[in-house]
Amino acid sequence: MTWNRKHLLDIESLTAEEITIVLDTAKAFKAVGERAIKKVPALRGKTVVNLFVEPSTRTRTSFELAAIRLSADVINFNTEASSLKKGETLKDTARNLEALNADVFIIRHSAAGAPHFLARFLRGSVVNAGDGAHEHPTQALLDAFTIREWKQRIAGLNVTILGDILYSRVARSNIWALTKLGAHVTLCGPSTLVPRAFERMGCRVTFNVEEAIANADVLNLLRIQHERQRKTMFPSIGEYAALFGLNKTRLARTKPDVLIMHPGPINRGVEIDSEIADSNRSVILEQVTNGLAVRMAALFLVTGGKGPQEVGV
Amino acid sequence: MSQKSEKIVILTAAAMHRVLTRIAHEIAERNDDSLATVLVGVQRGGVDLAKRLAGVLQGIWGQPVPVGSVDVAMHRDDLDQKGAPPVHPTVMPFDITDKTVVLVDDVLFSGRTIRAALDALNDFGRPQRVQLAVLIDRGHRELPIKADFVGKNVPTARHERVDVRLREVCGEDIVYLEKP
Repeated sequence: MTWNRKHLLDIESLTAEEITIVLDTAKAFKAVGERAIKKVPALRGKTVVNLFVEPSTRTRTSFELAAIRLSADVINFNTEASSLKKGETLKDTARNLEALNADVFIIRHSAAGAPHFLARFLRGSVVNAGDGAHEHPTQALLDAFTIREWKQRIAGLNVTILGDILYSRVARSNIWALTKLGAHVTLCGPSTLVPRAFERMGCRVTFNVEEAIANADVLNLLRIQHERQRKTMFPSIGEYAALFGLNKTRLARTKPDVLIMHPGPINRGVEIDSEIADSNRSVILEQVTNGLAVRMAALFLVTGGKGPQEVGV
Repeated sequence: MSQKSEKIVILTAAAMHRVLTRIAHEIAERNDDSLATVLVGVQRGGVDLAKRLAGVLQGIWGQPVPVGSVDVAMHRDDLDQKGAPPVHPTVMPFDITDKTVVLVDDVLFSGRTIRAALDALNDFGRPQRVQLAVLIDRGHRELPIKADFVGKNVPTARHERVDVRLREVCGEDIVYLEKP
């Protein structure tokens, strides 16, 4: 089985085998990051555009460093300084960037489906770096990578995603990836933020935190996405922390080897207590390291091959 | 193309054993400083061969010979033409600086894999010298690369395939030339 996709738009359309190819490839790239010389020439001469039409620092930086470590040239295109503010459409912006012969477009956009839209007319590869509340494929891949690295498997594990599911593209991509790889996924949070409709994606929904965390092998905590909520979905941050935050009392009821994950940025004292975030069960910073490896793998795979062709061994 | 493909044995298990023993002796003859010599197998076919050569060399030198592996997927020059190749681990559990590195591969063809492997080695240090050992040299070089130790020279046509099967992976030691 080989990778045959030009784009990485979502996890929903990937097979379990394709997800595994990305994870295996990322493993090799992680080793590159541990060497004295952390750079390989795989994308030498390629131009990668970071087209971020929504503020982001960590994902953009991670993609930027991934491209640099693959020896690509990188352009960062931020919405703040761009023509999009002057009334240019996304399509025109992308076409203008393509006229500069860019090879890979990494796009972050507040509108779900924006990367799919670009992929329909751009000649280059498109990588989704988060589109609205739809998907954030590389985050799900790095989460799966981190789980597999620590637990040696994903199939059969109980993974609980706790927090704001409704507005979370991280949750959606994670649900697709983890269920495809055979994990049992439980969603938990305030009922306003965890609609029952998610059961149709093949996971379990519960509003009882104690029950949701008791059997979990992995706890993935999500931030409340204030910037996406149109109306108040729960009374107060304090109440959320009291009812759903991971504190010492709740942690004591989890499995002793539970893996605590968070896509960041973390809100200390809200979804997770400070000392838990810094404890040895938390792999939050490992996720950042692995994100770089997974993004190198994604850029490497989408750039590879415009079709099978016979080349010397 | 209804022609049936033809499969010729070019190296039997016994012949492969003899060839590897000979290459190991040639490596030992060329490199009298056994402490400064390491073997690096090219993923995938070269890695098991490097381990076997190390086994024979240990018998000759009376000490273990370090073996590493290098994957060239990230250093190839044809990512555009081919699909992204599978990436295998590169393991270099020693410093190659000032060492003699014997690169080991199963088949030498265009030379592009070896060019990429030489590039990859650069990321790990500066060897004193690099030598190349291959089981089969099938010709058709596209780069100025030449093996120091050759198991067998096999004249081939460009479209033919050399299939090296090793017992570690395939359960048997045999090399075929496939004529499609």
